[in-house]
Amino acid sequence: MDARTLDISLRVNGEDVFARVEARQTLVDFLRENLSLTGTHIGCEHGVCGACTVRLDSEVVRGCLVLAVQCDGAEVETIEGLSDSGAIADLQTAFQRRNALQCGYCTPGMLIGAQALLAGGGVPTRQTIREHLSANYCRCTGYQAIVDAIESVARARAGVKG
Amino acid sequence: MKIADDQPSPLSALDRPNSYIGRSVPRPNLARLTQGRGQYVSDLVLPRMAHVAFLRSPHAYARIKAIDTAQARRAPGVIAIVTGAELAKVITPWVGVLTHLKGLKSAPQHAIAVDRACWQGEAVCAVVARTRADAEDACALIAVDYEALAAVTDAETALDPATPVIHPELGDNLAFERALTAGDPDQGFADADAIAETTFVFGRHTGVTNEPRAIVADWNPGEQRLTVYQGTQAPHMMQNLFAKHLGLEEHQVRVLTKDVGGSFGIKVHVYADEMATAALAKLLRRPVKFVADRLESFSTDIHARDHRVKARIGVKRDGTITAFEIDDLTGVGPYSVYPRTSGIEANQVVNLVGGPYSCPNYRARARVVFQNKNVMCQYRAVGHPIATAVTEGLVELAAAKIGMDPVELRRRNLFADDGYPATGASGIKFEKLSHHAALDKILAMMDYAKLRAEQAALRARGIYRGIGLASFIEVTNPSAAFYGVGGARISSQDGATVRLDSTGALFVHSGVTEQGQGTESVLAQCVATSFGVPIERVRVVTGDTDNTPYGGGTWASRAAGIGGEAAWQAGKALRGNVLAAAASILQADPKALDIRAGSVVDVDTGRERLPLEEVARIVYFRPDTLPPGFQAEFGVTRHYVPRGWPFAFTNGVQGSSLEVDVETGEVKLLRHWCIEDCGTLINPQLVDEQIRGGIVQGIGGALYEHCVYDESGQLLNASMMDYLVPMAAEMPDIDVGHVVTPTADSELGAKGAGEAGTAGAPACVMNAINNALRPLGAAPLVEMPITPERVLRALRRV
Repeated sequence: MDARTLDISLRVNGEDVFARVEARQTLVDFLRENLSLTGTHIGCEHGVCGACTVRLDSEVVRGCLVLAVQCDGAEVETIEGLSDSGAIADLQTAFQRRNALQCGYCTPGMLIGAQALLAGGGVPTRQTIREHLSANYCRCTGYQAIVDAIESVARARAGVKG
Repeated sequence: MKIADDQPSPLSALDRPNSYIGRSVPRPNLARLTQGRGQYVSDLVLPRMAHVAFLRSPHAYARIKAIDTAQARRAPGVIAIVTGAELAKVITPWVGVLTHLKGLKSAPQHAIAVDRACWQGEAVCAVVARTRADAEDACALIAVDYEALAAVTDAETALDPATPVIHPELGDNLAFERALTAGDPDQGFADADAIAETTFVFGRHTGVTNEPRAIVADWNPGEQRLTVYQGTQAPHMMQNLFAKHLGLEEHQVRVLTKDVGGSFGIKVHVYADEMATAALAKLLRRPVKFVADRLESFSTDIHARDHRVKARIGVKRDGTITAFEIDDLTGVGPYSVYPRTSGIEANQVVNLVGGPYSCPNYRARARVVFQNKNVMCQYRAVGHPIATAVTEGLVELAAAKIGMDPVELRRRNLFADDGYPATGASGIKFEKLSHHAALDKILAMMDYAKLRAEQAALRARGIYRGIGLASFIEVTNPSAAFYGVGGARISSQDGATVRLDSTGALFVHSGVTEQGQGTESVLAQCVATSFGVPIERVRVVTGDTDNTPYGGGTWASRAAGIGGEAAWQAGKALRGNVLAAAASILQADPKALDIRAGSVVDVDTGRERLPLEEVARIVYFRPDTLPPGFQAEFGVTRHYVPRGWPFAFTNGVQGSSLEVDVETGEVKLLRHWCIEDCGTLINPQLVDEQIRGGIVQGIGGALYEHCVYDESGQLLNASMMDYLVPMAAEMPDIDVGHVVTPTADSELGAKGAGEAGTAGAPACVMNAINNALRPLGAAPLVEMPITPERVLRALRRV
């Protein structure tokens, strides 16, 4: 081990991972390049677009603004893990029904962001959903279908009809 | 919450039992994309794959005197360092001209700059290394001795004798010029009671695809074949160009396109760095990957819309438009982009201004000039947002000038719905449009009268709301008239191969591509309907030049209208072939049989005669039991190209309601409406979402997006922190409706829908802002993006 690398151990999607990483490597590069978890995407690499959104110790973070070495001892969840666990299955179904994605590149980040909003409970207003989604850039949809999908899940989870 | 309904359309000539045409069938790729199981080029890793990073010119214009790579060559992980001169031995340069744009000229462009760099961001040297990080580290160790040259940046002075000529061998900085006079514009203006005149300015902006451009090129010397994995809209076009410039035969190149993280016209052009990546793979005999980072995207993805249009309109007191006149000037960077050229957008502006209106008197001039900025080329709705904003901006200025409601002025001048076929002043031909029906429908959807009443009431309380409209036309389903006639090997026809497998399911291979717009769904709907199987039994393959019929790909709103028709015809032909086999097995008349829901049935009663699985079993495994001489053909290819009209023009109208904060200059979008007519709606949900996404992209250009250059040609805002794109909080809900006027050029009758939203949105938002501010005596805002600062300047508050 030289000064440029560090050993880390963490849990990713419930699996233990041990790795020697360059100190400068971002979490998103680590996930994609070292673990082949390519569902987390890279859009801008400066924390604006949200394509690299993941959960780090249950907090929603930008994978491009966190270094892999900062995740030593942490728990990371990506779209792959959240899909396999079924935690966001209703959101995924709603996105599919409403065609709330076109190219799909922003979608993993959108879903993780939406899950964080809905975790707060209740049925947020459309404007609240829109403001929350402003952490994530989508060039294809114009956002309305995404807002519709999230709103429908919020209502369903809260037991509201219609 | 509106879930798009899934009801079969009312029976029409297209409808067969269990028709999927007109239904919002979900896309087959949605589930995996929501699970993070996309396969984008940026995800791809191949054995022995190396990564390339490009050192790029920090100068807008500079002579490259020397490149010292000695130190970089010793950096960790470096495999090769290649300069432009070295790479030029592997790949030939190109010139972006088309013969039908008469007089268009450009200079040879190299994959990596040789001797001089012509814009800030042009690659001057490549580093190939084990990782992208290693390659970037080594880039920082290369010393380039530049001699900075005086950059040509202002389009207005690019043609002045005192301005240096970027390519001296071309004689001047004029890339292309077109002049057009139709009818008698001088008489038209002489007959006018009022003339409205202004200069519209459109800000340079770009596509900002969420996934940047990405390519993995793999040269296999054992096979003498180049395999290119590329996020592109036109695989066959790229196959031809890789072959041509790398000295290969076309069959030696395979282009594969799986998921693409956004295109919008950005990914339909030849990029020097992508060509360089392919050349490096050939040079190094191994796979090489390049993914643009966001800075590279802003400084090298094509830009668009940098136009200045002086324009005027003549109008009589009764509202009759008597003439249009424009003078368009656009700066397109140092090269015309290959192979589609950078003359098309200006050419489209000339074609499209005044397009919805029957006024025959029109004069236009467009000049396209070279400058030392990033290149400009075709981006979603090419030329339409400019032409529509100029036309509709003039119409509303004219209405204000004669004191007529802008709706009434439009009614008096739009081509009559029963007056087709018709020809626009510029010579563009319309098969059948529905401007008046669309206008009536949008006014009802907006509740226009109520909006106007509300606007008046709020004005009295110091709240400034604006209502804007924009009628528009859109070019779709292009024939060879777009590129082929100019000598480009860009296919306007497209094909589909449909094959029945041994269990009765269908494979569809199509030359059009899936960019997220839903091509795979549309093709499956066409084939499932024309052949007669449940849609779950149709699998669509696109994006592979080895395994799809030759075709053009996805651009100019052609995938559904052209690719869909080819698929429809292929499914129909295969049905005939399968029925021939079934008739042979059943000893029946094929005309007495049909295929419905996956079974061969009696055409009259619908009674099942044979499941498709059984027909396939006999044909594939027991052909010995078929009558002698009978050969079943369970694979069919059909091609389609529109022949009746050069383009299938569509039309529509958009409406915007917004509120301007006269203290801050901020524009709050309240609601947006669009009625459009793309003919037969194959999948209404997909069409509506194309419209919505397109509108928001158009709003971006109207209010936020701008590639800001300084006088020396430096791009000042090449990051997503500084270049503003539409985000969810600022966007309105958008109501979409349709008028349906099918084209008779195809059996399906579908026209394109991908660009209509972007075509009309900037005009309509601009008109709404000016409508809001007119009572305050503000100067009309005609420069985009319409920022809060520009609003406050118009109000003379700053």
